[in-house]
Amino acid sequence: MANVIYGVNGPVVTVKEATEFSMMEMVYVGKERLVGEVIGITSAYTTIQCYEETTGLMPGDPVEGTHTRMNLLLGPGILDNIFDGIERPLAQIEKECGAFINRGSTVSPLDTEKEWDVTITVKVGDELKGGMIYATTPETHIITHKMMVPPTLSGKVVEVKPDGKYKLHDTIVKIEDSFGEIHELSLCQRWPIRTPRPVKERLTPTVPLITGQRVIDTLFPVSKGGTAAIPGGFGTGKTMTQHQLAKWCDADIIVYVGCGERGNEMSQVLQEFSELIDPKSGHPMTDRTTLIANTSNMPVAAREASIYTGITLAEYYRDMGYDVAIMADSTSRWAEALREISGRLEEMPAEEGFPAYLPSRLSEFYERAGRADVLSGTQGSVTIIGAVSPQGSDFSEPVTQNTKRFTRCFWALDKSLAYARHYPAINWNDSYSEYFTDLDSWYEENCGKEFIEYRGRISALLQEENRLMEIVKLIGSDVLPDDQKLIIEIAKIIRVGFLQQNAFHKDDTYVPLEKQKRMMQVILHLYDRAKLVVAENIPISRIREQGLFEKVTKIKYDIPNDHLEMFDDYIKDIDDKIQAILH
Amino acid sequence: MIIEYVGVSEINGSLIVLDGVKGASYEEIVTIKLADGSARQGRIVQIEGERIVVQVFEGTSNISLDNTATILTGRPMEMPLSPEIVGRILDGAGRPIDGLGPIYPETRRDINGTAINPVSRVYPRNYINTGISSIDTLSTLIRGQKLPIFSGSGMKHNELAVQIVRQAKITGADESNFGVVFAAMGVKNDVAEYFRRSFEEAGVMQHVTMLLNLSNDPIIERTLTPRCALTIAEYLAFELNMHILVIMTDMTSYAEALREFSSSKGEIPGRKGFPGYLYSDLASMYERAGMIKGSTGSVTQIPILTMPNDDITHPVPDLTGYITEGQIVLDRALQAQGIYPPVNVLPSLSRLMKDGIGEGFTRADHAPLSNQLFASYAKVIDARSLASVIGEEELSDTDKKYIEFGRQFENTFVNQGFTENRSIDQSLDLGWKLLSTLPREELDRVDDEMLDKFYQAT
Repeated sequence: MANVIYGVNGPVVTVKEATEFSMMEMVYVGKERLVGEVIGITSAYTTIQCYEETTGLMPGDPVEGTHTRMNLLLGPGILDNIFDGIERPLAQIEKECGAFINRGSTVSPLDTEKEWDVTITVKVGDELKGGMIYATTPETHIITHKMMVPPTLSGKVVEVKPDGKYKLHDTIVKIEDSFGEIHELSLCQRWPIRTPRPVKERLTPTVPLITGQRVIDTLFPVSKGGTAAIPGGFGTGKTMTQHQLAKWCDADIIVYVGCGERGNEMSQVLQEFSELIDPKSGHPMTDRTTLIANTSNMPVAAREASIYTGITLAEYYRDMGYDVAIMADSTSRWAEALREISGRLEEMPAEEGFPAYLPSRLSEFYERAGRADVLSGTQGSVTIIGAVSPQGSDFSEPVTQNTKRFTRCFWALDKSLAYARHYPAINWNDSYSEYFTDLDSWYEENCGKEFIEYRGRISALLQEENRLMEIVKLIGSDVLPDDQKLIIEIAKIIRVGFLQQNAFHKDDTYVPLEKQKRMMQVILHLYDRAKLVVAENIPISRIREQGLFEKVTKIKYDIPNDHLEMFDDYIKDIDDKIQAILH
Repeated sequence: MIIEYVGVSEINGSLIVLDGVKGASYEEIVTIKLADGSARQGRIVQIEGERIVVQVFEGTSNISLDNTATILTGRPMEMPLSPEIVGRILDGAGRPIDGLGPIYPETRRDINGTAINPVSRVYPRNYINTGISSIDTLSTLIRGQKLPIFSGSGMKHNELAVQIVRQAKITGADESNFGVVFAAMGVKNDVAEYFRRSFEEAGVMQHVTMLLNLSNDPIIERTLTPRCALTIAEYLAFELNMHILVIMTDMTSYAEALREFSSSKGEIPGRKGFPGYLYSDLASMYERAGMIKGSTGSVTQIPILTMPNDDITHPVPDLTGYITEGQIVLDRALQAQGIYPPVNVLPSLSRLMKDGIGEGFTRADHAPLSNQLFASYAKVIDARSLASVIGEEELSDTDKKYIEFGRQFENTFVNQGFTENRSIDQSLDLGWKLLSTLPREELDRVDDEMLDKFYQAT
């Protein structure tokens, strides 16, 4: 008996008395063949969540099983592309049905007609294990796509096609497994989105993800293969921070997931990234980027899937040996999609209406980050940077709290900083990074011991300022002794001249580590010298008159990234002027 | 053959339940005929086999278990559309109530619309000059943006909306192609009347389509009103290439109507009793703003919402803020000081502003000026809280200057007349004039070159 729809409630569709469906199986619903996934089975009903609008479905419409789990097509063509939450190519859909998305689209996720320049790297007789590379092709100007044996397969190569131009589904290698069965390998493979791709061994993340953002690289670094959360109410600059990281961080591949966010923002990403030239490679940013756009008005179930789609794509490139960073903006929308579907299923809600399995789903997701020895014999990493949009800007709500448990870096965005247009509005008192100990040896090796020392002093000064501000709020700054006034002045320089960074300034948008170090050096040098003045009981205003505070605050604009020798003049200038005051 | 299903098996709030219905489709519209000859419309919101749940737009009063005959129409809720819809007054479900007869449709559109493909969007960057300093300078409105006004009961959001409509200037060849779609949800009759009169006085009434669901109209109809309005707007913008400004007031009433519907349907409530899908539901409307490839028109939205108890963390303003591209927040304390428009500039923000201002759009000094105004005004707040503890006399000289700057800023920059239309140059110059009252070294968001040009020490 054919399976037919029994009930419809929002994105949830039920089928009565069906027996052949399995959990998480992908199904086609209705005459328009909308994509859905089985999320619950009882002897009486099978429950399906539908990834497209269910308007117009009626009881009696067919439901067709596929006998596979919800999966992705993985192969060349993923980069420089934009997909919806279930890997449908939006540019292709636009060609097919115009500016508004129709339902039941059946376009292949990847271009099946394009011919790729394939180099085959194995020969007949080679033993191939799951995850090993058998062919490569230049996917974009900077990224070589490596075709890997599906992790579940292994065997001996029995047939190899010559190097040349092949389409996505062309068979290029055949292997024979231990049961004597022949498997054809093409340029692509499939993988279920909710299952992590296997690795050989997980490694400790010891290399930082360099972002060029001072407050992150210096005070709260994240490692390659680490996890970071960016919580912040609306208007605090979550998306802006994510964009900056996607543009400048030194990962090889960026997967940007716009999960339940604004359509205009996605079109901005599309436009900006294609115009931006990566300074390291000289090619557009889109060459290393893939976008997943499931805007807030696209179906809610696909929003839930988009996070998994993103992480699966990231893992696929990690397996080739790349460092991948995935930006998920925003995981709260994903959690809300879980809540919405859970509500439709009439499950018993836990905190704030979120389902009881929210923490386990969050931890499953963040656990897919990491640096690892991958099956293809090299190393790769997946770094997850998840934005969190706390309801009512209240960090005690369940999504923020649970995310905090599973991420090791917490960049708390602050409304009052954002109001003062201090961007990135990362609050230095509430944020933390647990990666310091893992990364210290890298910093020591690459930036010198001083870097760690400077960082320690900078954060100590900020702490001290925080304490002093409590007093200032009560009685004003005039009554403080001069040595404490000096701390407040220096901390102000750190805040305005160092932590604050202008994303629209050509030099300030990305600052190399060396310049970050020299900036800290000059600020601390000024502090040390000025302390001498204070010790002589000369009023601080004498230093202010010399314009030193202002001058150091504006270093970020005045010294271009490629003229770091100018820092020496600053040190000399500070010495001269302080000397003049002392005598 | 048309089948009539006689009677209903359950009535609960605005919902009726029918058994034994064959061939019903999800979100289909049904007509319910009552024994007295009147007819109502409803929408199927849930299907379980042959049992359907129908939401009755006009409410269920007078419906009994056996006095109805229900007919399936086989269509989702559609809006008849033609160019003649401009200038008409419709009820909350899109039916004409101005006595000028029905609309002869050239086309019909599903009121739920379909999602715009992110690839097909054109990134909005053309700014709209509203003639209001606090908006033009600090939270610039961009064509294709959705910029809500967060207000409270008794504050002057209606006046502000009218002033924006009256003064909003679209420059260039498209100037005459401008239209307004006004959707009132649960507003009082005199408020609706105020808008109508104001549009008439401003001479824009022939470009305005009004949809009125007043506070005594059926609740369920209220959940349709913004969707009908946006369907009209999309039609005018994307098919007739007009620039449409959609004003929706009051979104809080809309969300409350949705809550009422949700609770009568027996759904699990989320925060403050609002349904868990409130975010998706609001997004399905707000995201209909924008510009698309292949059309020169645009849909710009100004939803107005009243924050219950002036609480910006209430679910409706909170979720709205996460979807819209910024917000304009009105402040009761400013209004009490007699400042109009009472825009609290610090929490106000326009996300699309950065790419729609500066050289080629407004002026090169716009971005640094607005940054500096925000930063300096934030310091005013710090200085004031300090002054409230130790007294203004005890403040340092710099802090005193900030206090004075704050006063001037509120009284001459934010404050402006209801009919005062300031050009962008006037607003920017005024901003520089105010900044010049502060010591030059306090202006750390502007580079020296710009300061040399604009800072006029007194």
